[in-house]
Amino acid sequence: MLFKVIAKEELKRLFELLASSHTVVGPVKTGRDRTGLPLYAFDEVERFEDLSLDYAMTKIPAKRFFLPYREDMAVFEMRKDDWNKKVDYNMDRPRIFFGMHPCDINALNRLDKVLMGETYPMPYYIAKRQNTVIIGIDCTPRPYCFCRSMAADTALHGFDMFLTDIGERYFAEILSDTAFNFLRLIKTAEPAGEDHVLYKKAAAARNERFVTQVDTTDLMKILDMEFQSDVWKQWGDKCLSCGTCSNVCPTCYCYSVEATVDLKLTTARKTKMLYSCNLIDFAEVAGAHNFRPERHIRLKYRYYHKHRGFVEAYEESLCVGCGRCGESCLAGITVPEVIASVRSTL
Amino acid sequence: MSEGMVEFRPVNNKGLGKNAPSAFERTFKAEITSIHQLTSMENLYRMQIIDPSERKGFSFEPGQFVMLELPGIGEAPFSITSSPLRHGDIELCIRKAGSLTNFLSRVGRGTRVGIRGPLGTGFPMEKMHGNDILLIAGGLGLAPLRACISYAQDNRSRFHNVDIVYGAKEPSQFLFTYQYDWWRADDIGLHITVEKPDDSWKGPVGMTTGILDQILASRGSSFHENTYAIVCGPPVMFKFVCSMLTQKNLPMQKMFVSLERRMQCGMGKCCRCNVGSTYICLKGPVFDYWTVMNLKEAI
Repeated sequence: MLFKVIAKEELKRLFELLASSHTVVGPVKTGRDRTGLPLYAFDEVERFEDLSLDYAMTKIPAKRFFLPYREDMAVFEMRKDDWNKKVDYNMDRPRIFFGMHPCDINALNRLDKVLMGETYPMPYYIAKRQNTVIIGIDCTPRPYCFCRSMAADTALHGFDMFLTDIGERYFAEILSDTAFNFLRLIKTAEPAGEDHVLYKKAAAARNERFVTQVDTTDLMKILDMEFQSDVWKQWGDKCLSCGTCSNVCPTCYCYSVEATVDLKLTTARKTKMLYSCNLIDFAEVAGAHNFRPERHIRLKYRYYHKHRGFVEAYEESLCVGCGRCGESCLAGITVPEVIASVRSTL
Repeated sequence: MSEGMVEFRPVNNKGLGKNAPSAFERTFKAEITSIHQLTSMENLYRMQIIDPSERKGFSFEPGQFVMLELPGIGEAPFSITSSPLRHGDIELCIRKAGSLTNFLSRVGRGTRVGIRGPLGTGFPMEKMHGNDILLIAGGLGLAPLRACISYAQDNRSRFHNVDIVYGAKEPSQFLFTYQYDWWRADDIGLHITVEKPDDSWKGPVGMTTGILDQILASRGSSFHENTYAIVCGPPVMFKFVCSMLTQKNLPMQKMFVSLERRMQCGMGKCCRCNVGSTYICLKGPVFDYWTVMNLKEAI
């Protein structure tokens, strides 16, 4: 692995060089919440001053740049007795993502397994994933974060460069030749012994800030055992089936397809919209039979997909522990509490 | 290229297999060549893939499905109901149940539709060669089984007894009635039953399990050694039929069922057919009963 140290002023210069020739996306401050804490979102950034590299957490994950909430899959030119289908993957230039936290990088790595691998890789996602250069940055864990329990607190791959703030400088981990070429545009230095010490101190200080934990030992088996447990009903009674959890989840990828025709009847569209398995009609089939008609059954399904089914298929959870769902849930349902309640069932 | 410029990488769309990204939205354009009314609710649509080489290359197994698309109206999954020997001349038996199928019931011959597929798994017909097969259908469940019946007709000498047990709610709901004599002529036993008889009905009344019981009683106690069962119908029927066959010692791996879900992609991405982390569209829709038993909330 290749390491460099970058003075903070030089990183600003790098941003400006990149932003002058590329679309750059990064964390920006969008306002304050009701308690006065700043709110952040990922957006296109042109000036370094607008970038908030020390951001806490965005409400909406980086997912929306890879799986947009609405996206046309195909456009049909309609003629009298015929039609012509045009497919576009909706990505025509490279993009640089400046400042992504490990949880969001790991979320993409887990999405890659479903959307890029196996049979039928999804070109809409691939086009965006392979044309996005990712510069990761370390974070300060918040009370909701439990990424450490989900083995998502550090990103090992799936990015081009990763930055850790060590005071005056950034400690940079370089994973791709694209990032290596970026660094040739600015002044960098080989890390000295002192930088290694500062890095290890920063990492240790970060580790101490994790307060929330989820015990995943034997979780697959326990979930199987507790499939009929009453706790699901209790959580289901609280759940509003609003789908907010999926909306803010960096790994929820399910979708619905909508067909529309324009007013002139000359163009039709096939549009994909991200959906949620907590919404009532998610598992409805023709003739209105619903395989998951009850709230607790749908809530349970979401947990089983993330923490059981995906683990069985890919040997890791589909949850990265970012805590966004628990923080945004209108009913106050959090993953650590749900899992703890299932584990403690007598 | 100037220094530090990132190069755009188009999606590599080489190849035509399931691993080519282009397979994701590859649509075969087909034309509806005939529409045959089967009941007041169901029509049989015959369609032909327009491009001759695409048509020839379209091969499927009984039990597989396609996504049928009407631009601007929608897209939905349907089992192929015709014989695999007909390649891209495919038949779909469709009930009027929603906006797409109602629209379809109003179009005429010559309408151009989109077809993606074939998708999913089929019934392992070759594995059943040399055995008896029981085809058990309830209602619209006969649609995918008709592809198996065609296969059995086309390969009749490869099977011993072939029996269809088919139940409908009312006599007017039987599908493909015009083919019954033809099936019987190919030495396929056809046993039909209704739940609610009308005045003209002279056949048996009751569930498919009752008829099945009679057939098995005539087969002797070791029937399970050389029998395969294919079951398709409403979820409640699966449960009764499969548990009855299990009680009679038919191994779960020799019973095949087809599960219904409302797929939006058919390619393991939209999650709409997901049970646990199993995509019905990729690992199914055809499963052996053992696998279904281990899928929580599958039926």
